[in-house]
Amino acid sequence: MLRDITLGQYYPGESLIHKLDPRIKILATFIFIIELFLITEFIQYLWILLFLGMVIIISGVPLKFMLKGLQPLMIIIILTFGINIFMTKGEVLWTLGPLNITREGLHQALFMGSRLILLIIGSSVLTLTTKPIKLTDGIEKLLNPFKKIGLPAHELAMMMTIALRFIPTLLEETDKIMKAQMARGADFESGNLLKRAKSLIPLLVPLFISAFRRADELAMAMEARCYRGGENRTRMHELEFHYKDIIAFLVVLCLLGIIVWQRLR
Amino acid sequence: MNNMIEIKDLTFEYNREEDGKNIPALSGVDLNIEKGSFTAVIGHNGSGKSTLAKNMNALLLPSGGKVYVNGYDTADESKLWHIRQAAGMVFQNPDNQLVSAIVEDDIAFGPENLGIEPGEIKKRVKESLQAVGMYDYRKKAPHLLSGGQKQRIAIAGVIAMRPECIIFDEPTAMLDPYGRKEVMDTIRKLNKEEGITIILITHFMDEAALADRIVVIDEGKIALDGTPKSVFVQVEKLRKIGLEVPIVTEIAFRLRNKGIHVPEDIISLEEMVNYLCQ
Repeated sequence: MLRDITLGQYYPGESLIHKLDPRIKILATFIFIIELFLITEFIQYLWILLFLGMVIIISGVPLKFMLKGLQPLMIIIILTFGINIFMTKGEVLWTLGPLNITREGLHQALFMGSRLILLIIGSSVLTLTTKPIKLTDGIEKLLNPFKKIGLPAHELAMMMTIALRFIPTLLEETDKIMKAQMARGADFESGNLLKRAKSLIPLLVPLFISAFRRADELAMAMEARCYRGGENRTRMHELEFHYKDIIAFLVVLCLLGIIVWQRLR
Repeated sequence: MNNMIEIKDLTFEYNREEDGKNIPALSGVDLNIEKGSFTAVIGHNGSGKSTLAKNMNALLLPSGGKVYVNGYDTADESKLWHIRQAAGMVFQNPDNQLVSAIVEDDIAFGPENLGIEPGEIKKRVKESLQAVGMYDYRKKAPHLLSGGQKQRIAIAGVIAMRPECIIFDEPTAMLDPYGRKEVMDTIRKLNKEEGITIILITHFMDEAALADRIVVIDEGKIALDGTPKSVFVQVEKLRKIGLEVPIVTEIAFRLRNKGIHVPEDIISLEEMVNYLCQ
């Protein structure tokens, strides 16, 4: 059952959005988030909705998958909504015991809630249409200029690559150790929280030991294959900008322009 | 220069952590490996055979004596990357030597480290995967492959660096019989068709029997060295070292003890059948 896990939430496809350069997609996502925070009026969300709707339609990823990303963050969304609706002072609409719901509060809660939901959906587009490995490549390239101030861009990317490679292997191993310990009478499922946490020790100790052994062997194998850090290293797949990347970036910049212009007016 | 690897009076000592004493793993090993040859190194656990392998591509450096790979001294740090490119290595655990989550990216890892330009890397990746018969799996994730397949990917990853020699450190120890056959077939093919020098560290006698030459290591020293036929006839000496002989050699040995004159140079099942049925 652990064999077919997918990492991240990549939705395979061949759309224009899938084919865009990962660097453009990462930058565009950042700009999109900035845009969301520059918005001051409800009506401006129309621009965002128009843009996001267009991107989602082009990407061919079903809306269901986009909304799935909201689930784990539902508590935060509800909390944001709740705090805003009750804590904002202004013209009282309804009273619920000690709590007042104000007109301003309702407006603020809806406004903040929408911002959060759009933010999550917007960043889901990035992870849904970009393979984790491409994302890693993109991050490495984007961080390259910061190498001069001592940021280990290549090392970070290599760590992510190795993590992506080994997460399924370690999950499989966890499964194996769990079964082995259960066969010897370990109980992972009953008892209170403290008891359950304690019962994880016979699982975690062998898992960590094995992970360290793997790391040691992998390091040796990498050295045997002439690995010596990022210097003088070439890549098989060089990232290249195409016209579509430039156009996509211009579209995002246009949106930023519109929102900034409306704000300054 | 006909020798791929020259080992002169090699000594290697481990530092034992408990008491800080130096424990010799290898002492006074002299060994030359000819270019294009297929040599098997056998020995029981702790005999020093794995240590010997790691000394052959500068993963370990000699405590005494010299190791030359393609004429380069492994102690010469400026030649380190030449040495590791010329003498590739495949390890025991297929999982712990693959770096990337996509097969073709993993094959590209070695050439990328060597700074080869992208077009050439793509060509090499394709050729290497074809050489091990795994080209159809180039987009797959390694954790979805079988042990034998993973090991073939690891081999392809080494071939892509265009080595003259590959050192296999017990490559089949963690595989099932089918995976072992896959890997052994690949190793023989590389030796016969690509002319790559093979050094196979193993504890399976039937695998060692496929080599041109067998070197037996015991207690950090070379105990026996010769063709499979000349090594396997020394049944009693091998037993003393703690090694099993191939089943055919065992049968021949027992038959000889019972007074039946089986020729000494029979090491394959086919030869045995031919002899017994004549």
